[in-house]
Amino acid sequence: MKTNISRRSFLKITGLTIAVSVTPFGYNILNASEKKDLKTFNPNVWLHITSDNKVTIYIGNSEMGQGVLTAQSMIIADELEADWKQVQIRQGGAMDGFKSPILGAQITVGSASLRGFYEPLRKAGAAGKAMLVNAAAETWNVPESECKAVLGTVKHEKSNRSLTYGQLCEKAAKLQVPQDPPLKKESEFRYIGKPMPRVDVPEKVMGKAVYGLDVTLKDLHYAVIARPPAYGAKPLSFDQKAAEQVKGVVKVIQIPQGIAVCATSTDAALKGRDSLKVQWDKGTHPDMDNAFIEKSMMADLDKQGAKVHEVGDAKKALSEAAKKVEAAYFVPCVAHATMEPMNTTAYVQEDRCDVWSPNQNQTACRGMAAGITKLPPEKIHIHTTFIGCGLGRRAFTDFVPEAVITSKALGKPVKVMWTREDDIRYDRFRAPMAHRIQGGLDAQGQLIGWSHKTSAISIMRPVNPKAIKDGVDFYCLWGLWDVPDSPHWNARIQYEIPNLYIEFLMADLPIPCWPWRSVQNGPNAFVIESFIDELAHAAGKDPLEFRLQNLKNNKRATRVLQTVAEKAGWGKPIPMGQGRGIAQHACFGTWAAQVVDLSVDKNTGKIKVHRVVAAVDCGPVINPGPLVEQIEGGIILALSTALKEEVKFDKGGVASANFGDYPIIRMSEVPEIEVHTVKSTDKIGGIGELGVPPLAPAVANAFFNATGVRIRRIPLTPKTVMDAMKKT
Amino acid sequence: MISLNVNGKKYKVDVPDDVMLLWVLRDHLKLTGTKYSCGIGECGSCTVHINGKAERSCTIPVGQVKGEKITTIEGLPDNHPVKKAWIQEQVPQCGYCQPGVIMQVAALISQKPTPDADQIISKMDDVICRCGTYLHIKKGIQTAVQIVRKEGKRA
Ligand code: FES
Ligand code: FES
Repeated sequence: MKTNISRRSFLKITGLTIAVSVTPFGYNILNASEKKDLKTFNPNVWLHITSDNKVTIYIGNSEMGQGVLTAQSMIIADELEADWKQVQIRQGGAMDGFKSPILGAQITVGSASLRGFYEPLRKAGAAGKAMLVNAAAETWNVPESECKAVLGTVKHEKSNRSLTYGQLCEKAAKLQVPQDPPLKKESEFRYIGKPMPRVDVPEKVMGKAVYGLDVTLKDLHYAVIARPPAYGAKPLSFDQKAAEQVKGVVKVIQIPQGIAVCATSTDAALKGRDSLKVQWDKGTHPDMDNAFIEKSMMADLDKQGAKVHEVGDAKKALSEAAKKVEAAYFVPCVAHATMEPMNTTAYVQEDRCDVWSPNQNQTACRGMAAGITKLPPEKIHIHTTFIGCGLGRRAFTDFVPEAVITSKALGKPVKVMWTREDDIRYDRFRAPMAHRIQGGLDAQGQLIGWSHKTSAISIMRPVNPKAIKDGVDFYCLWGLWDVPDSPHWNARIQYEIPNLYIEFLMADLPIPCWPWRSVQNGPNAFVIESFIDELAHAAGKDPLEFRLQNLKNNKRATRVLQTVAEKAGWGKPIPMGQGRGIAQHACFGTWAAQVVDLSVDKNTGKIKVHRVVAAVDCGPVINPGPLVEQIEGGIILALSTALKEEVKFDKGGVASANFGDYPIIRMSEVPEIEVHTVKSTDKIGGIGELGVPPLAPAVANAFFNATGVRIRRIPLTPKTVMDAMKKT
Repeated sequence: MISLNVNGKKYKVDVPDDVMLLWVLRDHLKLTGTKYSCGIGECGSCTVHINGKAERSCTIPVGQVKGEKITTIEGLPDNHPVKKAWIQEQVPQCGYCQPGVIMQVAALISQKPTPDADQIISKMDDVICRCGTYLHIKKGIQTAVQIVRKEGKRA
């Protein structure tokens, strides 16, 4: 892969760059080009070395707690051979140079920040180091090979001379940027792979970290928007006067998204919105509720879909199978429900537009703001703030245009805030899915055929119809199947199945859907790994043994399964009444497996998960602490969806509104978690989303192990559990 | 005009009595460390101390706390045992829920300097952390308790 580390592309933009400083003094807008009296050396978009001997690293990916500021900076600083003490890290603006080489946009999704940038960042740091060494050699008029960079200083041992990076930066800036600088050997790594404290933690603990909602500007106005209660609903009437009479309300503006109430405080905006008393029509699907959705999607499975993949002859294999299993599954919508609700602050002026937004997609933010203001992209300044949970939601930047439109109409800086109710009701959910699978085994219990039909609400059709190829939306299929050249490496069924057939149907429902941590790898892993357990049971085999038997040539899947089994004590007796389940999944270039231990209260149907043991193989590890935190957090989030979460719909709109009726897992329900990384020299894979996929199926499999009852639908709420146990 | 005593400072704000304390802190006093997430008392992101007790500022009309001693995350000393423990244990992920969690923990250990595991869970089960830092929160509490013990003074 060719990495663009040319200096020119950065210099061209740097004069316009406004960076949001995230450390150490909190939110602090500084214009890089306005620092006085400092010589600077910027060999690429990330690096900014100044004559005060500071190394400033700009990061293009969004920090949402995954530790990307720290991890990416560790990679650069390591290859640069900088002293971590001289490094300061800033969230960068929207710039083409920050576009992910595998995703083609400046976007923080797909567990791609390290797997996509590992090489480019190493080269960026190494190029800086090579140029500084070169500058020192020129200064001393000695061969480069006699000079060595050590912790922010270039040394010439023979003559006992040394110069700091700060002293060398002016000269280095005049040199050619090498395209293929020499990289360190793994044994020379100073930061990569070592546990480093996250740079964003102190200001988060002090309450000084600035999230989107915390942006304060002079003359800032606050807006909330009255939005339709049902899909496709239009306002019939509203009381603009009543709203405008509320003290503090400045203006009521009708915009495509709804009716925006602008005020001088949040409280006034909220009161103004209440007094609008909007009457809406019924929308396009007044009869839609949860039962309607599930029924229509299950009925889809009887229709002809689009062929996704075919190898061998699944039909024939199934007809000849010694044992055949058939099952149908359903996974409902879940909400992102990020802790910080959606929001954006915009200030549109004649000759520039500033957007402060907790977003995961700077490319889209800039494009949208440019489209609305008709300003050229270089006049659009995207300031990415800290993010109060991302989960993928903030890569869909529908919360940006409404702020830009409102600010433009008002001529003032405006912060548009979504209340929690707005945030849940107007979310784009994890796509619901219905599945029907038939699996066939030979007499030895070997998988010989698999026929799989799935119906889902398309994630991409409403957003980017070009992403739909021959009726197939691969975003819905990840984990089951994926196109060979996908940037989401290997997100497909891992089992060795000689006769495999996969068919896809697009459900015709108006619910907006969007990637949700791990995208559909989560729901698809639940279905595949539950069904594999059903097949193991039919074959009369141990679930681990059955998996290994059908993954013979899959070294990495085998390794994570064996690791997790050993660490969890698979096969050893477990306490009376408990159940144990296992599941594995691969996506985003990483392999993961989990073992879950749980017990079930047979009187109430309440499941208590006692312990989750996880193993991951993601190739090289950059920062081990945040890796464990990401897997832990993913497991806890997935457990919340496995046991509790389901969006409620009614009358063609979303009925769920807040944490009261959309319950989220809390401390008393969180099990012990152990995370093991498999030592691996393979290519680097993703981590952020890998805690999610194996969890739900491991829970369902453990539930089966404990009760002998198979539940083919999440969440496993007490009611679902009681109903299922009564049936058997 | 409403008189408020926040973090040891006196403020006068021109707002109606029924505005929630959360919005006064954030919009008027620019103390944005206290977070909004649910607005109905369900999650704990907005927790502050009122006379030393952990309270949810999103459900408290400002008129009810005139003259009371209010402390926000910004007013909890930077070397407070809970803040120190939170850095040591790297508790926050996105960090959005953490100011509220920290305030709740600070109140908890000032009232119960050595809570056991069950007490911790029962006292912390009304907060939500979407990033799932619950295990780190538990560890952070234990560390904070040890710091208090070592420093030999009350939190
Ligand atoms: S914002 Fe106050 S409890 Fe959630
Ligand atoms: S750390 Fe992100 S919500 Fe708690």
